[in-house]
This record gives sequence, structure tokens and C-alpha cells, in this order.
Amino acid sequence: MSLRLPDATATRRRPRTHDLDALVVGAGGAGLYAALELKRDLGPEARIGVISKLYPSRSHTAAAQGGVCAALGNTEEDNWEWHWFDTVKGGDYLVDQDAAEVMCRDAVETIINLEHLGLPFNRTPEGLIDQRRFGGHTRNHGEGPVRRACYAAVRTGHHILQTLYEQCIRHEVAFYDEYQVLDLQMPDGVGGPVTGVIGYQLATGEVHSFLAKSVLFATGGFGKIFKVTSNAHTLTGDGVAIVYRRGLPLEDMEFYQFHPTGMYKLGFLLSEAMRGEGGFLVNGKGERFMERYAPTMKDLASRDVVSRSIYQEIAAGRGIDGKDFVHLDVRHLGAEVLNKKLPDMSGFIRTYFGIEPLTDLVPIQPTAHYAMGGIPTDLDGHALADERGTRVPGLYAAGECACVSVHGANRLGTNSLLDILVFGRRAGVAMADEVRRAPDPQPDAVAERAVLAGLAELLEGMEGERPAVIRAELQETMFAKCGVYRNGALLEEAQADLRRLRERARHLCVQDKGRRYNTDLVEALELGFLLDCAEATVDSALARTETRGGHAREDFPDRDDVEWLKHTFAFRWSEGAPPRMAYRPVTITKFPPKPRVY
Amino acid sequence: MDVLLRLKRFDPERDADPHWEEYTVQADPSDRVLDLLHQVKWYQDGTLTFRRSCAHGVCGSDAMLINGRNRLACEYLVKDAGTEISVEPIRGSQVIKDLLVDLDGFWEKYRSVMPYLVNDEVPADGKERRQSPEERERFDDTSKCILCGACTTACPSFWSNPDFVGPAAIVNAHRFIFDSRDQAGEERLQIMADADGVWRCRTIFNCVEACPRGINITRAILEVTAEVEKAQGA
Repeated sequence: MSLRLPDATATRRRPRTHDLDALVVGAGGAGLYAALELKRDLGPEARIGVISKLYPSRSHTAAAQGGVCAALGNTEEDNWEWHWFDTVKGGDYLVDQDAAEVMCRDAVETIINLEHLGLPFNRTPEGLIDQRRFGGHTRNHGEGPVRRACYAAVRTGHHILQTLYEQCIRHEVAFYDEYQVLDLQMPDGVGGPVTGVIGYQLATGEVHSFLAKSVLFATGGFGKIFKVTSNAHTLTGDGVAIVYRRGLPLEDMEFYQFHPTGMYKLGFLLSEAMRGEGGFLVNGKGERFMERYAPTMKDLASRDVVSRSIYQEIAAGRGIDGKDFVHLDVRHLGAEVLNKKLPDMSGFIRTYFGIEPLTDLVPIQPTAHYAMGGIPTDLDGHALADERGTRVPGLYAAGECACVSVHGANRLGTNSLLDILVFGRRAGVAMADEVRRAPDPQPDAVAERAVLAGLAELLEGMEGERPAVIRAELQETMFAKCGVYRNGALLEEAQADLRRLRERARHLCVQDKGRRYNTDLVEALELGFLLDCAEATVDSALARTETRGGHAREDFPDRDDVEWLKHTFAFRWSEGAPPRMAYRPVTITKFPPKPRVY
Repeated sequence: MDVLLRLKRFDPERDADPHWEEYTVQADPSDRVLDLLHQVKWYQDGTLTFRRSCAHGVCGSDAMLINGRNRLACEYLVKDAGTEISVEPIRGSQVIKDLLVDLDGFWEKYRSVMPYLVNDEVPADGKERRQSPEERERFDDTSKCILCGACTTACPSFWSNPDFVGPAAIVNAHRFIFDSRDQAGEERLQIMADADGVWRCRTIFNCVEACPRGINITRAILEVTAEVEKAQGA
């Protein structure tokens, strides 16, 4: 086998440059809605680009199943203030209430806009958008479940992604498919403007410089830091890690959501819609145990509550056959509901477990699902440089990679789709405004050189470990020591593990030395992103000595509103050193913190 | 158990021609073919190249020719595939590297059929447009398409005439032609009536067999053809 290093002259040449008005990184729902708004706002001549490491239709928005909530009140009485309350309570009062107000109020108009754009929602007999129940969404501040989730079969995310992609095609947004983002361009360093990104074209192995007056990160989550996850292989926290490396803060990284009904061992989701339609959980003794943990909402309590309940059942020896899973029972729903309303889930169960949901119990376990934390932003998606709210000129973030914070310590089901829509769209509007005023972007020659040197070093490495080996250990560590339940001793172990893994990751063996579609190289780059996200998660989790929402500390089992009603901002000093922690008060405008009972 | 994996490899940067290579991997019956490809890539040969993302049949990245049929590698389990599994790239497109093919033409055809709702009128009350459950049901089947390309690259008409717009693009045209809200019916039917449009379909049904979403593609193509005929007769 002959080894070919990248053409030396090509790497010394200045990268190919793309001059744009606005650039979106990531082609999921948040990125595409922003791009569409930019185009609609700035007109057909505007140069709006979207880069993605995948083809846009592959983005993980497509995997969202059950629905997107908006208080349309189409099938029963509802109003957006109830949705607002549920979101705040669901987030265990760490939600910034001004942000959640914007989200729940704008939800109604946003869903209507999506219908106008072509989204094929299921319909009521009167022809309105149909709605159904979902976990944590209640009538009149917790009185009982309410039908608030607008849905398109169990393919709501698929249709959101497709509809937005379709309209971006119609409005001639420029797509740069299969480019891996590697760094921001910030020619004046922290405090100066973001002027673009450096991208790596998978097809050619070329480094490209993207310059823009306004840049949106909509790069998604980082579930691949965990062993069992619902996330795609490509969800490696690229945008989150890049921002962190540049000395910008990450907010509330300790809050990670474990979805209760992941398929056992596989981790893919069986939508909450299965419980919304009447499915329930049973333990090894055949008991409907959620009745004990959440007497009112039962199986439709918020996700953190249900996931912890499952862990407690398992810890008490009441898992199925004493093992680390329980059953989801949907047999009574009947063929009509399973095949018509929940066809995809029923299909997953048949395909991957080879069992029949009409007659068999389905093995499930909590699966790492969603990052509440991420790049801090204001209500317009503008990225924040510090806990005082200073904006980073030119940089925006939206979707799972961002933290507005509308989810607080635990996200309600369906609110992730709503978040990407409302804040992706708002970011697009704000960016359009910035594009009109911003000066021409200047390239960041230092970043270009650093990226080229980093790629060359990875490609030259002949001795070292395979990225997959280190990644697997990282995922084991995070799932076992920074999962549904945490404690100080386990988190310190996780910290030490991460230090060792980071040291080992300095010497990686990338076997593919070629230029075209070097996915071996990409996986090595992604490992670096994962390590950074994991580090910020563990350090933030160790610092927060309380239990709140998705962050459950066995050694600090109670919520502590006196000390901890505040957001974590983690800043990296230097690679390998512990981050500097700062805190920002929670914005409380309407709902005073109360104990959380479902 | 041991599985013998036969992979068609080709890296134009190193190889003169495509060739088969064999790998033995440890597998459980419940493993997906994608898991086996990852085993090879992660622990045996990092140069093995293919696309994948979600790993559970919703993103459409990993359509491949597995044991002679187009499937998603993440939806095909060892217990069904057996202990000797062959994997090749999908046919009819240029192979770029190993199992990864050039999809530029595929996306170009998709974009050519106006795959988007055309209707900028907003109801006077500012609310959603009305659509009955029956009208919504009319295009439900084709709305499931994930653009994996399994159908188009299984189509003999496409193999013999690469200009044929192909089943995937027609499915996405159908999605809008039969949507009661759309107003671009005539224009889209014109595109479908092109020489390389629906007429190239020979109802061979390979597309139906290949579709991982279970879409009745041939029926959709015939429904579009009937609409084209109706428009031309009118």
C-alpha cells in the first residue's frame, strides 16, 4: 500500500475562499429556517450559504418523531401561558423565563408558518392541524394532560427538515454539502468579530475559507460522548467544541437529558408519543411503577423524572429478570393506533428486536438524548462572550448546540423542535439586520495556518491508537460516571479518565492517508470535539452540588435554590487545565420556583 | 459468531480497478450490517469508506447493494443476511471510493422536479390552510421518502439511460402533485411529461422492492403518469 500525503503545494496555497453575506453551519431545522429567513429578508441577490458535513436531508432533525408543541387549541382548550408554565416547571426552574415566553408565544405563529411552507401536518376532521398529548404538557398549570403536540404521523422532524430544505431550494440558498467545519475565523481574537469559518471539503480533502458578515452555528448536539444514545454517529459536538476552544463560554453543560424509552442496548428512541397514546412502563414484577413516582402524570411525567424512576426500579432489583431494563407495554393500543399513528416506532420494534408490539413487551432503557446546555445566546440567537451578556460580534447559535436557555435543567418533549424553529428563525432575522450593517469580513490567517498544520499532523501520524478505541472508552466512562445519576467520587474518576484519554488522543493513528472522502481523518477530528464536550460536561457537573432536572447528584439529592438558581458558564483556560467557572442568574419574570411534582 | 464480509473496494487514488476484499468479523445475529462495516473500519482497516449517520433508517445515508439487493446497511440484520455477506456500492453512479458513490446527479434530478410547495397565499384569518384528513392521506405514502437513492439506483431504466429522472425524483413530484394545497401542478406535470420523465418507467417494480420505507413507488409513478395523460388530454 503506498501512502500519499496531501499535496504539499495545495496545503501551502491560500485556501479557496467563498465570500458570503451570511453563513449557516449545519443544515438541520435551526440552520435551514435561519437560511430561509435570511433569504426572504435580504432578497434573492443575497449570498446566503449553508455548509454541512452531511447532505441536508440527512440531518438529525429528521429523527425527531412525536410532534412539536404550540398552544393552537385545535382539539381542546389551551393557551400559550400554560405551555410557558410547563416549560419552566419542566426545566426545574432553571429556564430563563423571558426566553421561554418568547418561545411559547411565537410557537403558534411559527407552526402556522410551517403549514404555509408546506408541512403535511395530520389534520382534524375539520381540516385543522391535529394535536396530541405529550409528556410534561398540561392543562392549566398541571391539572392534567393536554393535546398540544402538532404532528405529522411520527415523522414530524422528518417533515420539518424536508419542508425547510424544500423551501431553501425554492429560494436558492447556496448549499455546500459535505464540508466539515474545523474552526471559526476571528482575526482579532476573542472580543473581535467572527468573520467566517474554515471548512474541509470531504470530496477533495481541500481546506476552504468561508467569509461572511454573520455566522450561525446550528451544528446540533454531542450525544456521542455517551455509550447508549439516540444520537446519530455524526453528532459529535463540532460547533460547541470549536467555540469552547476559542475561549468562549459554554453554558449549563452539566444538564444532559436521558430519554426514558431508548431501545435496549441500541439507544434509538421509541417516541414519547407511544406513552402519549396510552402506552405505559412496567417493571420485572409487572407493576406500573410510574404510578408511585408521579401519581398525576404517571408515564407522562417529564423525562428526567421517568428516567430516574426506571433507574430506581432497576437498582431495587425490579428490572426485567433483575437486569438493567424495563418494559414498555403498548399491546393494548391495538393495530389501528400502532400501525397508523405510530408506524415508524412499531417498525423499529419489529426490525431491530424481531418482536411484535401488538403481542410482546418491548425492552427499553434510558438513553442519552439531548444537551440542554451549549453555546450561550440571547433571545436573538446572538452568541454571548461572558456571563454578563456581552455579545460576540458576527456569531450566532441556534438549536441543540445553543443554550438560550429555554430548557433549563430538563427539556420537555417536543420543545427541541420548537426551539430550533423559533430561535433558528429569530437568528435569521437578527442576522439579516447585522448583514446590512457589518463591514466586509477579514480572513483569519492564523486560524488557516493552525488548521492546515493540525490536519498535516494527524495525517502524518503513523504510530498511535485508533480513534475508535479511545472513543469507545470515552463513551463507557461518560455513560457509567456522568449519566442519569452522578456523585462527586464518580465525577472525579471521570475527570481523571478524560485526562488520560486526552493524553492518549495526542497520538492518533489515521490509517487513511488519501485526500478524497477521508472519513478516517474526520473521525479523528470528531474525537477531539467529543473530548472537549465531555470535559466541559464533567467539570460543570462536578461544580454543581445540587440535584436539578437532568443533573441528579446522589451526594446532593435536593434542589438548592439559594445557592444554585444560576447558569453555569465554563471557560477553557488552556487545553487539559480545568475550566474557569462563572455563573449568571436565572431570569425569573413570572413563575417563582416551587417544588416540582408530577 | 463469525461472519465473512465481502466488500467491493475501490480507491482511485491507489487502485486501478474495483476488487473484492474479505474480512472476518465477530457478530451477533441482532447486529446490523452497518455495525460490521464499522468493525472493519474502526479496528481492521481505517481506509474503508462509506456514508452513514443516524444508523436506524431515517437519514438515508447508507443505501448499499447488500447480498445483491439495495438496502440500508443500518436496517439489515445479520440474522437475515446470513454469515456470508457481500456489500457493493449502489449501481448506476460513479464510484468515488469503496461504497461511496457520486450523488450529484441524483440531487440534481431531485431539484429539477420543483420538490417544494408552491402557494404563497395565506388564509385571510392568518391561520393554517384547511386540508381534510383524506386530502392529507392522498400523498402520505410518498411523503415518507428519505432520499436514500435505493430506488433510482435499482432501476434498470435508469441504468440504461442515466438521463431518466428516476423513481426518487418522481416520488417527490408526486408528494406535491397530489397535495391539495399546491398550485404548481401544471408546471410540475410538464417536467414529468419530458422525454426523460415518467415515460421511461417500464414498471419493473425494482424500486418498490428496494425502498426501505415501503413506499409503493411504481403505483406513485403510474398515478403521476395518469395525471400527465389527463393534463395532455385536456
